[in-house]
Amino acid sequence: MTTIVVLVEQSQGNVRRASLEALGAAKSSGARVVAVVALVDGSESAAPTLAKHGADRVVVLKGDGRSSPDRSAHDIAAVVREEGAKACLAAASSNGKQLMPRIAAELDSTVFSDCTGLDLSGATPKAVRPWLAGKLIATLESNAPVFCATLRPNTFAPRAAPAAGELVTKPSSAVLKALVASIDAKGGGKLDVKEAPVVISGGRGMKGPEHFALLDELAAAFGNAAVGASRAVVDAGWRPHSEQVGQTGKTVSPQLYVAVGISGAIQHLAGMRTSKVIVAINKDADAPIFKVADYGIVGDAFEVVPALTAAVKAVRSQR
Amino acid sequence: MNIVACVKRVPVTEAQPKIAADGKSVDATGIEYMLSFYDDLAIEEAIRTKEKLGGEVTVLTIGHAEASKELRDALAKGADKAAILKDANWAARDPRSTAKVLAKKLQELGAQIVFFGRVATDRDNSAVGAYVATLLGWPCVTDVVKLELAADKGKACRETEDGVETVEFALPAVITCDKGLNEPRYSGLKGIMAAKKKPIDELAFEDVPNQQAVAKLEPPPARKEGRVVGQGAAAVPALIEALRDEAKVL
Ligand SMILES: Cc1cc2nc3c(=O)[nH]c(=O)nc-3n(C[C@@H](O)[C@H](O)[C@H](O)COP(=O)(O)OP(=O)(O)OC[C@H]3O[C@@H](n4cnc5c(N)ncnc54)[C@H](O)[C@@H]3O)c2cc1C
Ligand SMILES: Cc1cc2nc3c(=O)[nH]c(=O)nc-3n(C[C@H](O)[C@H](O)[C@H](O)COP(=O)(O)OP(=O)(O)OC[C@H]3O[C@@H](n4cnc5c(N)ncnc54)[C@H](O)[C@@H]3O)c2cc1C
Repeated sequence: MTTIVVLVEQSQGNVRRASLEALGAAKSSGARVVAVVALVDGSESAAPTLAKHGADRVVVLKGDGRSSPDRSAHDIAAVVREEGAKACLAAASSNGKQLMPRIAAELDSTVFSDCTGLDLSGATPKAVRPWLAGKLIATLESNAPVFCATLRPNTFAPRAAPAAGELVTKPSSAVLKALVASIDAKGGGKLDVKEAPVVISGGRGMKGPEHFALLDELAAAFGNAAVGASRAVVDAGWRPHSEQVGQTGKTVSPQLYVAVGISGAIQHLAGMRTSKVIVAINKDADAPIFKVADYGIVGDAFEVVPALTAAVKAVRSQR
Repeated sequence: MNIVACVKRVPVTEAQPKIAADGKSVDATGIEYMLSFYDDLAIEEAIRTKEKLGGEVTVLTIGHAEASKELRDALAKGADKAAILKDANWAARDPRSTAKVLAKKLQELGAQIVFFGRVATDRDNSAVGAYVATLLGWPCVTDVVKLELAADKGKACRETEDGVETVEFALPAVITCDKGLNEPRYSGLKGIMAAKKKPIDELAFEDVPNQQAVAKLEPPPARKEGRVVGQGAAAVPALIEALRDEAKVL
C-alpha cells in the first residue's frame, strides 16, 4: 500500500479546514495517510480530529518554542523518507506554499502548486492546475521521486473517514536558518479570503474606504465570510494587499463570491472565476462581471448592500 | 554586497492564450510579454539594497533571447549588469529545473543576497525562490512586505493568514518580494542612455531535465449561463431565493 504524507496546519488550536481537505484528497486515493503537524508546539491535541478525517498515523514534531520554515521543511522531508511516502500534500496556504518547495528541494522532486485536481491512483501521479492565471487548465504528469503538491483551499472535500490516528512524537532537528522572531496576529482571527467559504469583495464602485463598513456588515451577516478587494482599491490604499483578489493578489474559490462595484477586469476574474457561485452587484448593466456571474443585481451598491445584509440576517436568524 | 535579482518574462496579464494544435502547449503567436509583476519589486529592492549598503546588482534570467528587452529596462533603472541563460525551451521548465539551473549560477556569481518575485504571474508556482534557497542551504523568507538588511543579516516581515510574521536570518539569503515591499521606480532617459553601455552577458548552463510534463491543456470549464435577477434593492428577495433554494449556499 502506498503512503501519502500530509502537512497539517493549526490556527488558534484548531486544525485548518484546508488541511482537512488535503487529508481528504489523500484518503480518497486509497493510500495510507500520515499526517504531520510541525508548525507549532503542543499539537498532540490535533490527533483525534486528524484520525476522524482519515489519518492512519499522526506524527507531531516537538519543537523548542522556536519556529523556522527551514527546520519544518527539513523535518517533514525526513518523515516522508522514513515513511517511504510517494506523495507529500499540503494546503496552498501561505505556510503550505512556503514549505512545499523546500520539502521538494530536500527530496529532489519538483513542485505542483495550487492544484485543483489530483489523480494518485496510477503509477504516474497527475495534477490538474490553473495555467496562465486560470485562463487555461493543465493536466500535468509527474515523474518526480515524490509527488509534492499544494492544493487550492475550498476545492477538495474533507472526508469523515475514521482511521487509527496512531500518535507518534518526534523531536525537531537543529536546523535553524530563518527564524520566526514574532507573529503580530491580526484582529481576532479574521478569516483569510483564500480560506473563507464566502467572500464579499468591493471595488472602486464603493467610492471610498469608509464605505467598506457596508461590506463588513454583509460579511458579518453571513458569519463565515471575509472581505476582499479589487486591485484598484488596494492601489488607492483603501484596503490592504492581503485582501486583493486577482492575478496579482489572491486566488479564491469560495462557495459564494459577491462582487460589489467591481467591473470584472480579466486580472480580477483570474482570481475568482473558480468560485462555486458568483453574485455581482453593479450599477452598470454592461459591466463584464455580469458575464461570469450566476446572479446579478443591476443597481446602486449603497441601496442594494444594506437591503441584502438585512435579508441575509433575517434568513439566518430563522435557523 | 553582491546582489542578484532573478526575473522572468511572462505573457501580459491581458493575454488570452490559445491552445496549440497538439492540445498541450500554448500557441505563442501574437502573445506580448512583460516582466512578471513581482519581479519588478525584486529589481527595485535589489537597487535599494545597493543604494543603502553598496555593492553591485546583477539581474539574472533564464529565457528567450528577446528577454534582453526586460533586462535592458532593469539596467536603465540602476542595475549594474545582466545575465541571460538563453533557452529556447525556457517556457517548458518545471520549478525544480528552473531552480537548479539558477542555484548553480547564483553560486558561480558569488551572490550574497538574492531577490525573487513572490510568484511568477503566469505559472503561479510560488516555488522557485524557496527551492533555490534550500538547494544552496541558505535561509529564505517568502512573500516579504518589509525588509531591513545589514551587511551580514536581516529581518523581514511576511503576511500570513494569521497575521504578520517577523523573520530573522543571516546572509547569504533569498528573499521573495510581495506587493507592499516597495514602489518600483520607472527608468528615466538618463538611465536608458547609461544602460546602453552596461553589459548583458550570455552565460552557458547545464540543462536539468523536467520531472513534470503537460498531458493536456483545456479551456476552463464554462460557467453556467447566469442571469440578472432584477434592479436595485427591490431585487434582493429574488437574489435571496436564488441563493437559498437554487444555489443552496445560504
Ligand atoms: C511542459 C511544460 C510546459 C510549460 N509551458 C509554459 C509556457 O508555455 N509558458 C510559460 O511561461 N511557462 C511554461 N511552463 C512553466 C515553467 O516555465 C515555469 O515558469 C517554471 O516552472 C517556474 O515556475 P513559475 O514560473 O511558476 O515560477 P515561480 O516559482 O512562481 O517564480 C517565482 C520567481 O522565481 C524567479 N524565476 C522563475 N522563473 C525564472 C526564470 N526563468 N529565470 C529567472 N528567474 C525566474 C522569478 O523571480 C519569479 O518571480 C511550462 C512548464 C512545463 C513543465
Ligand atoms: C499587471 C496587472 C495586474 C493586475 N492585477 C489585478 C488583480 O490582481 N486584481 C484586480 O482586481 N485587478 C488587477 N488589475 C487591475 C484591473 O485591470 C482593473 O483595473 C481593476 O480590477 C479594476 O478595479 P475595479 O473593478 O474596482 O474598478 P473599476 O474598473 O473602476 O470598476 C468599478 C465598477 O464599479 C461600478 N460602480 C460604480 N459606482 C457604483 C455604485 N454606486 N454601485 C454599484 N456599482 C458601482 C462601475 O459600474 C464599475 O463597473 C491588474 C492590472 C494589471 C495591468
